Amino acid sequence: MARTPTTSDAFNAVAEPQRRRIIDLLALGERSVNDIVEALDMRQPQVSKHLGVLREVGLVNVRDEGRRRLYSLNSEALRPIYEWVTPYERFWRERYERLEELLDRLQRQTSGDEPEQ
Amino acid sequence: MSKPEIIVEPGSQEIVTKMTFNAPRALIFKAYTDPDLIPQWYGPRYLTTVVDVLDARAGGSWRFLNYDPEGNVYAFHGVYHDVVAPERIVQTFEYEGMPGHVVMETAVFEDLGDGKTRVVTQSVFQSVEDRDGMAASGMEVGVNEGYERMNELMATLQ
Repeated sequence: MARTPTTSDAFNAVAEPQRRRIIDLLALGERSVNDIVEALDMRQPQVSKHLGVLREVGLVNVRDEGRRRLYSLNSEALRPIYEWVTPYERFWRERYERLEELLDRLQRQTSGDEPEQ
Repeated sequence: MSKPEIIVEPGSQEIVTKMTFNAPRALIFKAYTDPDLIPQWYGPRYLTTVVDVLDARAGGSWRFLNYDPEGNVYAFHGVYHDVVAPERIVQTFEYEGMPGHVVMETAVFEDLGDGKTRVVTQSVFQSVEDRDGMAASGMEVGVNEGYERMNELMATLQ
């Protein structure tokens, strides 16, 4: 527990698979720690630790409702990751789109001919 | 169309992509190695791709030119390390505007049967900075824009 925090930004925060599971769940709506523990079959101290990290980088918000603390996703904080991945995504998506179009054209041209060996 | 899977992990030196096509493996291999077909798909749509050299065999080389609408030209070249029809191509990639920054690219074509083929590519850069600095090459305008917006956002979030 005395480990140096490995997280200073959203990128590090989502690098941990269990935290991504928590984010996926919170994307569906507010949850308490116990909700998360049950839904994801994780141990409570773990969940609390991960939530602490996610809060620190602003990925989750927390509010108190009676005796319960409810956690919710601040999806705006995920935007840097989305923005960062998008250019790569755009580049590859466009390349593959064009390849797919070419393959369709080539297959239409050869249909009617001998099937390719 | 099926969605390409693009894996770009923070702090890693590689980009991995996976995509399934409704086309036989031999045809995809042809699209990668035929100088008449490369210009039809390889570059971004807003650029015109011209094949200068394409000698797809182990030890052969390739060189492609990209022209933008203003007439600027961006050249790329590399050598084929391994070409195994119709299964695999291993080649280097270097943007001539940034000499010395060499990327090793592997494309594997998996026959899934039923006329379907999965393409898995791996691009390994010499450093994380090289991978993320691909933006500076001018090859990909979008990356620069993305970085600027990301930096602005990061600044507002901190």
